[in-house]
Amino acid sequence: MFGRRRTAQTDEHGQTEADGLEPAVNAREQILADIRTALSGGSGPAGSAPAVSGPAPAPGTAAPSSPASGGPAFSSASRPVARRHTVDDLIALFAERVADYRATVTHSPTASLSDAVAAALPAGASVIVAADLTVAVPGALVDDGTSGAADLDRIDAVVTGARVAIAETGTLVLDHGPGQGRRAITLVPDRHICIVRADQIVADVPDALAQLAPSVRAGRPLTWISGPSATSDIELSRVEGVHGPRTLIVIIAT
Amino acid sequence: MSATFVGMPPFPAAAREKLADAQLRRNLAHATSTIRARRAALVAEVEASVDGGWEALRVAGAEAKDTALRSLDRQLLRLEETLTANGATVHWARDAAQANAIVAALVRAHGADEVIKVKSMVTQEIGLNEALAAEGIAAWETDLAELIVQLGDDLPSHILVPAIHRNRAEIREIFLRAMGEVGRGAPADLTDAPAVLAAAAREHLREKFLRARVGVSGANFAVAETGTLVVVESEGNGRMCLTLPEVLISVVGIEKVVATWDDLDPLLRLLPRSSTGERMNPYTSMWSGVTPGDGPREVHVVLLDNGRTRALADEVGRQALRCIRCSACLNVCPVYERTGGHAYGSVYPGPIGAILNPLLRGVGHSDQIDALPYASTLCGACFEACPVRIDIPRILVDQRAKIVDAHRGGLPTPEAVAMRTAATGLGSARRLAGGERFTRLGLWFARRVGAPAWTSARDLPPAPAESFRRWWKRTDGGRR
Repeated sequence: MFGRRRTAQTDEHGQTEADGLEPAVNAREQILADIRTALSGGSGPAGSAPAVSGPAPAPGTAAPSSPASGGPAFSSASRPVARRHTVDDLIALFAERVADYRATVTHSPTASLSDAVAAALPAGASVIVAADLTVAVPGALVDDGTSGAADLDRIDAVVTGARVAIAETGTLVLDHGPGQGRRAITLVPDRHICIVRADQIVADVPDALAQLAPSVRAGRPLTWISGPSATSDIELSRVEGVHGPRTLIVIIAT
Repeated sequence: MSATFVGMPPFPAAAREKLADAQLRRNLAHATSTIRARRAALVAEVEASVDGGWEALRVAGAEAKDTALRSLDRQLLRLEETLTANGATVHWARDAAQANAIVAALVRAHGADEVIKVKSMVTQEIGLNEALAAEGIAAWETDLAELIVQLGDDLPSHILVPAIHRNRAEIREIFLRAMGEVGRGAPADLTDAPAVLAAAAREHLREKFLRARVGVSGANFAVAETGTLVVVESEGNGRMCLTLPEVLISVVGIEKVVATWDDLDPLLRLLPRSSTGERMNPYTSMWSGVTPGDGPREVHVVLLDNGRTRALADEVGRQALRCIRCSACLNVCPVYERTGGHAYGSVYPGPIGAILNPLLRGVGHSDQIDALPYASTLCGACFEACPVRIDIPRILVDQRAKIVDAHRGGLPTPEAVAMRTAATGLGSARRLAGGERFTRLGLWFARRVGAPAWTSARDLPPAPAESFRRWWKRTDGGRR
C-alpha cells in the first residue's frame, strides 16, 4: 500500500536529472509532501498523526517482551528525566570517572594554578593558550587566530578552561568561550591540559545540557571530551591515543 | 575502491559461504562477546544509579525520536530555518543520486579534488565515495575501521566497527600493503599491536587532515530548535574533519532530527553505552552553522530522504526510523554473530539491517532484500538490547507477511502447497486421525523425495512408535 505513492521516485541506481544544485527546491517540496502523506495514512487518534511507538511501560517497570500496537500517544512535555541519585561528592566522582579513561587528574588550589600547569608540561614544551585564559602560562603562545593547522601541529601542548564538567560520565565540555579558544587549538596539539573549577562540575548529562543551552542558543560550537582520543576498532580492544590529543590532563581547581 | 554490495547473493547463500570461514567466526565471537560484556556492565550501573533505571532512559529515548517523527515535516522546516539563520546552507535530496550530485557540485565549486570524511553510515548508504570517484574526487575515510576497509578494498560488516571481521594480523598486512599507495606508508617495522596500528593510522592521516579543504560528514542528531548538528565519535578524526577544512558538507537523513535541545538528553546517555560500552564516547562535536573565526567558513547540510518517507508510511515499520545506529542489536544477535555482516549484502547488516533495507527500499522486487527479514530466529534479543525500543521481531514478522503478499499470484510454491495441505489435515479431528496412520510413510517420503531444501538444514523427527490417540486408547490415558 505504501508503494503506490512512490511511483515518481528514482531508485538509487536509477536515472536522475540531478546534475547540480537545481533540483533542490523541487526535492524539498516532494519530501515534505511525502512525509505528510505518510503521516496522514495511519489509524491513529483522530486529528493527530498516529503514534510512532507502541505503548511504553512506566519508568522503572520491566518492558513487556512484545508490546501490542496502538498505545497512547506520548507528550514530550510530560517526559520525565531520569536523574542520577544524589551524589555526595561530585568532585570525587568526576575525578574517578575521568581517570577511568586513563586521563591524568590533579587537584590544585586556584591560587597556585600556574604551578600546577607548569608541572603538567614537559620541560621545553611549546604551548598555546587562548587570549583570555586567566591562568598565567609563562612562555605560551597566545592564540591570535592566525596559526593554521600545520602551525598548530608543531605545538606540543594547549592549556584551556572548560564551560562545564559532568561527574557521572567524566566529561569536560568546552563551549569555546572565554579561556577555551577556537576548536582547532584543543585538537591539533598532542597534549591538552584542561582546568576545571570545582563549581563547574555537575552531576549528569541533563544538568550539563541545561547549563549549555545558553551557549548553544548563542550559536557557539561545543566539544565534549571524555578522556584522551581512543579507538576500539581493532578487535574492540580499547587503545588510547589516535588523532586527537593523546594526553589529557585535567586540573581540578578548588 | 571498487568493492560493492551490488550483486551479492541472497542471505541464505551468502551466509552459508561465510559460515565456512572459521577465522571470521573466531574474530566475530571474540569481538561481540567483548562488547556485550562492556555494555552489560554499564547498563547495570545505570540500573543502580539512575531513577527508573535503564528502562526509563529507553522510554525517554524512544519518545524523543517519536516526538520528532510525528511532526517530521514541521521539524525539518524548523531545522532549515534555524540552520539558515546560523549561516548554513540547506539542500534537499530525495534519493542517493541527488545527494551525491549536490556534494560533488559543491566540492567542484571549490576546486577541490579530495575530501576527508567522518565515519558516516548515510554516505555509505548512498555510495558517495564511488560517486565522487567518478567525478575525479578522492574521498578519504578517516575513521580507523573505515580506513582498514577502504585500504583493504573491502566491505563494511558492522555499523560501529566496519572492520570487525578483521583481526590485528590481517590489519597489519593491509596497512603494510596499501598505505603507501595513497599517502604516507606504514613503517616497515609495523607490529600487530593495536596501539602500534593506531599510531600508524595517525601518521598516515595527519597530512590529509592538515591539507584538506573540504570535509564531509553525516550527523548523529540534528536539533531543530537550535539548528545544531551533533557528531559522536572516539578518535578525533571527526573533530579534524569538522574543524580544519574551509568547507563542511554534512549529509543528514531526515530521521536524524530531534525537536529540542533537551531531547538530546536520553539519546546522549543511551548511545555510547549501547554502542561502544562507554559511559561517554571520547568526543562529541556540536556545531550550529558557521562560527566566525572558528572552524569551516562555509557549512552545508544535505537533508536526505532515500526511502525514509517510504518507511514512515509503514505503520508497523516506521519505529525503525528511531534507530540511532548504535549496533547493539548486531552484537547480541545469534545470527549476526555467526555469519558476520557481509552476508546481509548491505551497509546496514544485522537485525536492524534486516528491517531497514526492506523498509527503505521496498519488498517484492529483489530476492536479496526479500530474504533479509528471514535472517532471524525471532529470539527477541535485539528488541531487548535496542536503546530506543524498536520492536525488531515484530517488524520482521510484518515484513515477511508483506513479502509473501508481494509474491501472491502465479504457481504456488511447494511450501504453500505443504501449508495448505497441513491446514486441511489439521482442520478436522477426523482428517487428522486418518492422516496419522500415514505418519511413518509421510516422513519416509519427505526424507527421500519430499523436501530436500528443507531437510538440508533441519532434522525431521523420527516417526513415533504409535500415535497419541492410539496410545490413549490402548492405555486408557495411562491408567492401564
